Amino acid sequence: MMPIDSQALHKKAYEIRQRNLVMIYEAGGGHTGGDLSSADILAALYLNGVLNVDPKNPRAPDRDRFFMSKGHSSGLLYTTLAFAGFFPEEELSTFMKPLSRLNGHPNVHVPGVEANTGALGHGLPMAVGAALAAKMDGASWRTFVLTGDGELQEGSNWEAAMAAAQYQLDNLTLIVDRNRFQMIDRTERIVGLEPLADKWHAFGWSVREINGHDHAEIMQTFSAIPFEVGKPNCVLAYTHKGEGVSFIKDRAAWHHRVPTDEELNAALEELRGAA
Amino acid sequence: MSELHDCRKAFASTLEDIARGDPRVVALSNDSVSSAKLSHFAEVFPDRLFNVGIAEQNMVGMASGMANGGKIPFVAAAACFLTGRALEQIKNDVAYTDTNVKLCGVSTGLAYGPLGGTHHSIEDIAWLRAIANMTIIVPADSLETEQAVRAAADFVGPVYLRLSRMGVPVVHDADYRFEIGKAVRLRDGNDVTLAACGTLVPRALAAATMLEEEDIQARVINMATVKPIDREAIVAAAVETGSIVTAEEHTVYGGFGSAVAEVVATTHPVPMRILGVPGVFAPTGSPEFLFEHFGLTPQGIRDAARELVQSGEPQ
Repeated sequence: MMPIDSQALHKKAYEIRQRNLVMIYEAGGGHTGGDLSSADILAALYLNGVLNVDPKNPRAPDRDRFFMSKGHSSGLLYTTLAFAGFFPEEELSTFMKPLSRLNGHPNVHVPGVEANTGALGHGLPMAVGAALAAKMDGASWRTFVLTGDGELQEGSNWEAAMAAAQYQLDNLTLIVDRNRFQMIDRTERIVGLEPLADKWHAFGWSVREINGHDHAEIMQTFSAIPFEVGKPNCVLAYTHKGEGVSFIKDRAAWHHRVPTDEELNAALEELRGAA
Repeated sequence: MSELHDCRKAFASTLEDIARGDPRVVALSNDSVSSAKLSHFAEVFPDRLFNVGIAEQNMVGMASGMANGGKIPFVAAAACFLTGRALEQIKNDVAYTDTNVKLCGVSTGLAYGPLGGTHHSIEDIAWLRAIANMTIIVPADSLETEQAVRAAADFVGPVYLRLSRMGVPVVHDADYRFEIGKAVRLRDGNDVTLAACGTLVPRALAAATMLEEEDIQARVINMATVKPIDREAIVAAAVETGSIVTAEEHTVYGGFGSAVAEVVATTHPVPMRILGVPGVFAPTGSPEFLFEHFGLTPQGIRDAARELVQSGEPQ
């Protein structure tokens, strides 16, 4: 896929947000806040040629791997995969409906999904394994993983962080959706993560801190991978939970709230205006 | 019976042999390379053995990712830590995601003896049996271990191999062929069935010899595949012998005996005795002491079988 300009990518991300929100409304469930915070990152990965994946051959051995560790944002992942052509967009309306393959958390039965995530702290270890497999084979495919920030309270991430540095996995990129919220409150008021960049540095990673909603910055960062030869890449993407909708943004209550008719219309109007 | 063998050696040499023929095979361990007997593997294939340190969750997650990347990972670690610490990774990253990962729990059951309850692995069968898409194999001797490792490598999907560190005699003939899901009858008899897996198989055979002296003809079946269990062999045992004793180096809650009982109760109910660790943490003692303590001995199996046979006789 040919890269598009950051303006066009921004527009795509806002179209994803709209469809994503409708999907949550239709399903009567989903994770509104976290979906909206990661939308720009996923749009960049899938709709701007960062990931070398082929919707027509989703299991191609030399594809880039993307692990959606924040599995509760399945709605965003499915919407992005549909936009990228992995399955028809109409199927999004089956999200969480009986027997739909679009389960409330990602499932490998959905084309493009690499692992059944949803229990937090699982994506990074799997991504380390995939990146190591590629290194062993001298293969050029790369591995990406997106975690939430609250998720970094899971100790398994730090086991994986040490291993990634040990194996010098510069073909591995971790993106942390640093929206600064977990389910009911700010991370720093629950169990604080800061100084987060220092932690990743200390664990042997090469760290970039970016605005996770600025498409020019996102693309510039992804194009600079590997940041340093022999070190795994960490992108701390500072984002806002609920980005794009004023009354959802930075509100913990919207972690998994479903919009009412009025809220949906108001939100779509804002998103259309911003697109 | 004959000379005793440590099945871990058969595991390691077989894995080496398979790795020689299949470059996709890799091994992971949690700093227990030597207790998994993989030191030689590490010498032969230094680039294909990953000691991921004392970090079981990451170890199993990595194995899932390596399988995603086209490898066939064999994860060898003390069973207590492998299954207990990484249970959610086993459930989600391996079984639910359906990755081609082989989990090899070593030093299972009571093998760590006086090291105590933290090191005993007497819950692993129950935990993993409850997980969909999981195959569980508990080999009885070195011959069966070798074949089980090969079968696991050939099988596409998650497998749990439960490997003891205790010396066990060879109970199978040289021409024995292990097949996933198939029980094997080691002794004919129609008065009672002794069903066992792993280290309890030779003890069941010894019990059958004792019972013969009492004119009780016991059938002995080795059920190395605990999941999927051989339903046909169990139903045949229930119908043809009228009672069943199960024996396992594991808690009696949810393990091998429970698996047999689930089939018996829903097909052809007959009296059963389930021998194992009776829902307690074991006291301090060597493995042999603990086997005696819990009646996991030829005598213990004989007594349970005798009781079943006698209770079935007309008063």
